[in-house]
Amino acid sequence: MDKKKPKKVFVQGAIPPEKIANSVANHQSKTNIGAHSIFLGQIRADEVEGKTVTAIDYTAYEEMAEKVFHEIREVAFAKFDITCAHIYHSLGKVKVGELCLFVFTSSAHRKIAIEATNFFVEEIKAKVPVFGKEIFEDETHQWKVNK
Amino acid sequence: MKVTIKYFGLVAEAADKYEEVLELNGALIASELKAQCLNGLSIADKDSVQIAVNQNLDDTTTIKDGDEVALLPPFAGG
Repeated sequence: MDKKKPKKVFVQGAIPPEKIANSVANHQSKTNIGAHSIFLGQIRADEVEGKTVTAIDYTAYEEMAEKVFHEIREVAFAKFDITCAHIYHSLGKVKVGELCLFVFTSSAHRKIAIEATNFFVEEIKAKVPVFGKEIFEDETHQWKVNK
Repeated sequence: MKVTIKYFGLVAEAADKYEEVLELNGALIASELKAQCLNGLSIADKDSVQIAVNQNLDDTTTIKDGDEVALLPPFAGG
């Protein structure tokens, strides 16, 4: 199984919507799957003290992040009966309305896939050393913190 | 002993650098090294900064020669 191999998670810039369609298409030959669950994180135009966020510039401690992504995968495969799981996260500048996180899990049945996707998203937000600089329209910035 | 310090996000911005090699004398635990590195930096909430030693979050580890240390502000993935 390919599930044990560390996979490349980071992509430079926004995740193109076509990647989601292609990922779905790539799983149509896997007929033991009965349910896919997808989470897509999109950059929101937050307003802070009258200024609007136009983009987030992501950086990461990449070596540690790849290790933590792998550990989260290992736990998820032990915890949930999923057939596969894919994670993609942006690095660099992602504009509002664009996608920065794509989590895709598949299982025989819906509940497991949905729970697994939720697990991945919560773990990623809590444990992966990714940092986000929220850039406003006047080129000033603030640092994003996950809630 | 020599250790590599990596700075990220708002910590890198406050320190105005991404990486440096420090020469340290004597035994030091990670929390002490963190305080030493953050001393004098303009960071509002220093408690929110975590230290990773060789990619593990543990501020009680004793620092050894050749360690890679990272100062990590709050995570913001997703």
